[in-house]
Amino acid sequence: MELFTEYGTILIILAGAFGFFMAWGVGANDVANAMGTSVGSKALTIKQAILIAMVFEFAGAYLAGGEVTSTIRKGIVDSDVFIDSPDLLVFGMLSALLAAGTWLMVASFMGWPVSTTHSIVGAIVGFAAVGVSTDAVNWGKVSTIVASWVVSPVIAGTISFAIFRSVQNLILIQDNPFERAKKYAPMYMFAVGFLMAMVTILKGLKHVFKDFGVSLTFGESIVWAMMFGILVAIIGTFLLSRVKRNEELEVSNRFANVERVFAVLMVFTACSMAFAHGSNDVANAVGPLAAVVNVVSSGGDIAAKSSMPSWILLLGGAGIVVGLATYGFKVMGTIGRKITELTPSRGFAAELGAAATVVFASGTGLPISTTHTLVGAVLGVGLARGIGALNLRMIGSIFLSWVVTLPAGAGLAILFFFFFKGVFG
Amino acid sequence: MDFSNSISNLFGKSPIKPLQEHMALVVTCASHLEPFFEAVIANKWSEAGGIFDTITDDENQADDLKKQFRLNMPKSLFMPVSRGDLLGILAQQDNIANTAKDVCGIVLGRQMDIPSSLQADFIAYVKSAIETCEKARKAIDELDELLETGFTGQEVKFVKKLIRDLDAQEQKVDKRERKLRHRLFKMEEDIPPVHVMFLYNVIDNIGAIADTAEQVGNQLELLLAK
Repeated sequence: MELFTEYGTILIILAGAFGFFMAWGVGANDVANAMGTSVGSKALTIKQAILIAMVFEFAGAYLAGGEVTSTIRKGIVDSDVFIDSPDLLVFGMLSALLAAGTWLMVASFMGWPVSTTHSIVGAIVGFAAVGVSTDAVNWGKVSTIVASWVVSPVIAGTISFAIFRSVQNLILIQDNPFERAKKYAPMYMFAVGFLMAMVTILKGLKHVFKDFGVSLTFGESIVWAMMFGILVAIIGTFLLSRVKRNEELEVSNRFANVERVFAVLMVFTACSMAFAHGSNDVANAVGPLAAVVNVVSSGGDIAAKSSMPSWILLLGGAGIVVGLATYGFKVMGTIGRKITELTPSRGFAAELGAAATVVFASGTGLPISTTHTLVGAVLGVGLARGIGALNLRMIGSIFLSWVVTLPAGAGLAILFFFFFKGVFG
Repeated sequence: MDFSNSISNLFGKSPIKPLQEHMALVVTCASHLEPFFEAVIANKWSEAGGIFDTITDDENQADDLKKQFRLNMPKSLFMPVSRGDLLGILAQQDNIANTAKDVCGIVLGRQMDIPSSLQADFIAYVKSAIETCEKARKAIDELDELLETGFTGQEVKFVKKLIRDLDAQEQKVDKRERKLRHRLFKMEEDIPPVHVMFLYNVIDNIGAIADTAEQVGNQLELLLAK
């Protein structure tokens, strides 16, 4: 197509810039929410949290982010409608990125509820339904995604509830909680390692394996994931062996030493949280960018099969790291200071429940909100009588986030869509 | 409406610590009763007045804590224990300080004379009432550990034992009260009637302090029931 030969480079540079902008927003705001619980319960310092976030966000995006990226890239819109007019898809994805990024900026500035996932999904549905035609939206997929927004906090809450109950029964209600905690913590570490490895093997490394002619059966995948889990548990056991009981701490709180054991465990769940977040949320920035690059580089052939160039993921990862370094650390500090009532034994249960849910959603290709999932997980721990006081008004603000962010993202996307169409079309 | 999206808005301020701080203050307030009555018996009224001022200060401070506590308890808070039970405990705790102040106010205002044959028993009675408050505070101090275990297991047994101790202590106070009233009854004829009336009143009120402390324990037991 003439448009792509003439303006191809400019379009890709624009998409790259907008994608980077989105990724920056994810790093500045979203990551802080995902990691704030670890900072708040003092299991990690801000520096450690940022370091973990940088490594595991990237690993999550690279190893397990493919499914969600492909949903954002081509799952929400119906590709068939764009076969004759690939330019509309390019303009649409550009405007979706710009709209979501702008909305996130405005909302963060005003202190309104912001969810990257909702902004980008709203924006894509908006440009496709209004800018092109209602047939251009894959409504079946969109309704699945919307349903997953309701289901994911509930599932996370259920898992966290069960995890915290198991902690109570195995450790906290016993006579010797400290010894018990040291004995059982590696089990939870195993679960963390198994979970990340399983999703990575089943979803992320599929293409890598194919390239090398390796194929694993489901059973073999489980064995490999278990081996990774055991490795993680061994590392954890080594770290735990350095936690010695300090009687002085028990004067004011008899569980102070037990919490120190859980603080070690929380380092692992923080890694899994960052991994899960990366696997789900980086796609919000990278997905539309991948769509634009794909169409432009194939000269407008929507159906052309092409793998995602690795520089796109790198750009997404870099955006997140820059966002974290420039602004995210501030947000993380604020959040950490505000969450003082959450102790590691609860924080770990909430993080593990949320991470499991998000990673599962990533494997299924569903873009969900990590923050909302984490809220559900914390409420689950609260239902097990684990947390001093939770503010239920937050649930109202989640609903509000859906009601406000979806139309706002959509409206801005429509506006930008007609603007790009006017400039380039 | 709070629009902010950050996860930190999910966490309210836990009511446990403020409740414990309030209890500590209230028990300090009650424990001033011992030096107060010693000063009264020794006829050192200016010293007694000074102690009364301290009690009043503590009581005011406890009132402030109580108000703050209530302001931090909106209905939208989701807690592992019922909001009503916590507010009930708070009200009982506050009564301890109020009654302590009232007793001192009456004794100081009327410059009451405690009959010399009753003095030793009287001080012992006051001490054991204060001891009841201390035991109630010990039980309330376990609330953070209770929260840690999610109100289950060994910790519940431990707190139940503390509450049994508290009940036993209150019964000791009751016994002393009966004895004191009986001895006062025997010597009623020799003391001006109005003065006798107020002596009974003071004895009653000190008993009420121990009673209220026991009530705090009983309310705490309600939290343990699932």
